Amino acid sequence: MAVIESSTQDYLRTKKLPHIWCPGCGNGIVTAALIRAIERADYDQSDVVIVSGIGCSSRAAGYLNFNTLHTTHGRALAFATGLKMARPELKLFVIMGDGDCSAIGGNHFIHSARRNLDLNAVVVNNHIYGMTGGQHSPLTPTGKKATTAPGGTLEREFNLLDLAKGAGATFGARGTAAQPRQLEQLIARGANHKGFSVIEALSPCPIAYGRKNKLGGAVDMLRDMKDSSISVERAAGMEEADLKDKKITGVIYNYDVPEYAEVYYRSIGKD
Amino acid sequence: MPETKPVLMQGNEACAEGAISAGVRFYAGYPITPSTEIAERMAARLPGLGGVFIQMEDEIASMAAVIGASIGGKRTLTATSGPGFSLKQENIGYAVMAEIPCVIVNVQRMGPSTGVPTAPSQGDVMQARWGTHGDHPIIVFSPASVYETYYLTIAAVNLSQKLRQPVILLLDEVIGHMREKVFIPEDSKLMVEKASDKVPADYKPYDEKGLTPLVPFGFGHYYHVTGLFHDQYGFPTGDPLQVERAQDRIHAKLDKYRDEVVLTNYIGHKEPRVVIVTYGCTVRSARAVIKKAYWQNRQPVGLLSLQTLWPFPAKEIETLAKQADVILVPEMNMGQILGEVERHVKGEAEVIPINRYDGEMISPDQISEKMGRWLS
Repeated sequence: MAVIESSTQDYLRTKKLPHIWCPGCGNGIVTAALIRAIERADYDQSDVVIVSGIGCSSRAAGYLNFNTLHTTHGRALAFATGLKMARPELKLFVIMGDGDCSAIGGNHFIHSARRNLDLNAVVVNNHIYGMTGGQHSPLTPTGKKATTAPGGTLEREFNLLDLAKGAGATFGARGTAAQPRQLEQLIARGANHKGFSVIEALSPCPIAYGRKNKLGGAVDMLRDMKDSSISVERAAGMEEADLKDKKITGVIYNYDVPEYAEVYYRSIGKD
Repeated sequence: MPETKPVLMQGNEACAEGAISAGVRFYAGYPITPSTEIAERMAARLPGLGGVFIQMEDEIASMAAVIGASIGGKRTLTATSGPGFSLKQENIGYAVMAEIPCVIVNVQRMGPSTGVPTAPSQGDVMQARWGTHGDHPIIVFSPASVYETYYLTIAAVNLSQKLRQPVILLLDEVIGHMREKVFIPEDSKLMVEKASDKVPADYKPYDEKGLTPLVPFGFGHYYHVTGLFHDQYGFPTGDPLQVERAQDRIHAKLDKYRDEVVLTNYIGHKEPRVVIVTYGCTVRSARAVIKKAYWQNRQPVGLLSLQTLWPFPAKEIETLAKQADVILVPEMNMGQILGEVERHVKGEAEVIPINRYDGEMISPDQISEKMGRWLS
């Protein structure tokens, strides 16, 4: 088994550990991938800002040794927009959960995509509201059970990356907690992308989601996640019918569009 | 301070100019009547000053963006009216809790709900105090003229920086849209009070010992900012002792600097029998009454105008109650500051409300008619 070379510990506030996450939660894997991606990008530690919303995954901000801003529910991108416009030289990573980003924060999400500020949104999608004990979110697949959908949710789900693309996002990627090296690379590529990037990180919640839907333990959920994912390169040659139950991973789209802070500061003669 | 020739200006414009004089270089907002001229003025002015104007997707985002920019080190302001002010409340509470300076302008219009968007009102006095959830300190100014709007905006920005506390400017539609003479100082840098730059290596953004300046992100101090109760470095805590201490500390800031925070103005007789207590545009009607009753007729009357509504000028009211027999409280709502006045008069004087809530101003006649009954 390969060992991931990293000085992850250097960027963790180890005194704040242990974390609040449940056994088997994917948040730790995603957080570690984020740290390694930031390491790869070779930023000054003092330039890196972690902004987060409210929810399990958003608690990551408190464990990371950068400038950290834990905001209100759904509003992380709006706080980040103000900060990035004020200080464009800072490198912002915005951690959100699926409910935080796509339900209560949906408006800020689409407008961030439209504006194309250089923000890196890492959306940890575990298909459920974990912190409040397992309610369905806009990213809960139809039919899956939740405490507020005891017979399975009747609603349709968003495809987060399609939503972002429709709103004008210039970089969209999907990875999973089951493939942490790929996830790290995707976050790093998002960081290199000049503009708004969305990285959807599929992540297991064995306690609030897995148990309710009889998906097994964390290991089972990670295995299923790996088995049902397929890289964008491989998916390119396949029929739509064969991709029906698959999650396509990798960089789904990447467009070169002027970044908003650059456009703004150039317009006022301060670039 | 050096002043230029007078400029004719709208209250909303004076608010924007006051903000600029006080060093505000970041504005985020969303259009809403009757506050929109503030956004328009900022959109026209800030780019030329190297500042940022951004129109956000809604009022919630505007409030969030302003807080984000403040953490980046900018002086910030946002403006709105009733419905938008309702939307901003959650993040105003965040700014109180995380002690992030910012100024929020609410040009009041008639509510509730969409109400009468173009009609004046003073119906948001209690919302300004208690709009966000939980016990919290708040500073609210209410100017009575265009010139006062200019200066109170400057005071609001400086005080918000000094105390790391959001300050609300409660304008009303009359003041916001009225045009009056304003003197704008030539050197607006004079208006910016600088917070101390001295920061120890072991920087505690929430130092228990007292006020600490906010060191913006990006200068190597890896503290945490959160809306959760937190320790001196900003990290979440649920420890009852720390929670109580933090709550006491953010409230104590306002007590300690009360003299700078609580602003009132008294005109009239030295030993008044009848005193009018009011704020905002209603001060103007009250002043017309005093002009006639005191300056012309030397009757024992006075006017206490409240530039600061919150924290409530309790001491000033207590002093008045000992002198006067009657306190008239005209306001363009169903009686909001009235309860506070009564609370601090403690039965020592008669407190008489004068209310109007039909979207029209309280006239001088309406006040003098009530006043006359107590003087005869």
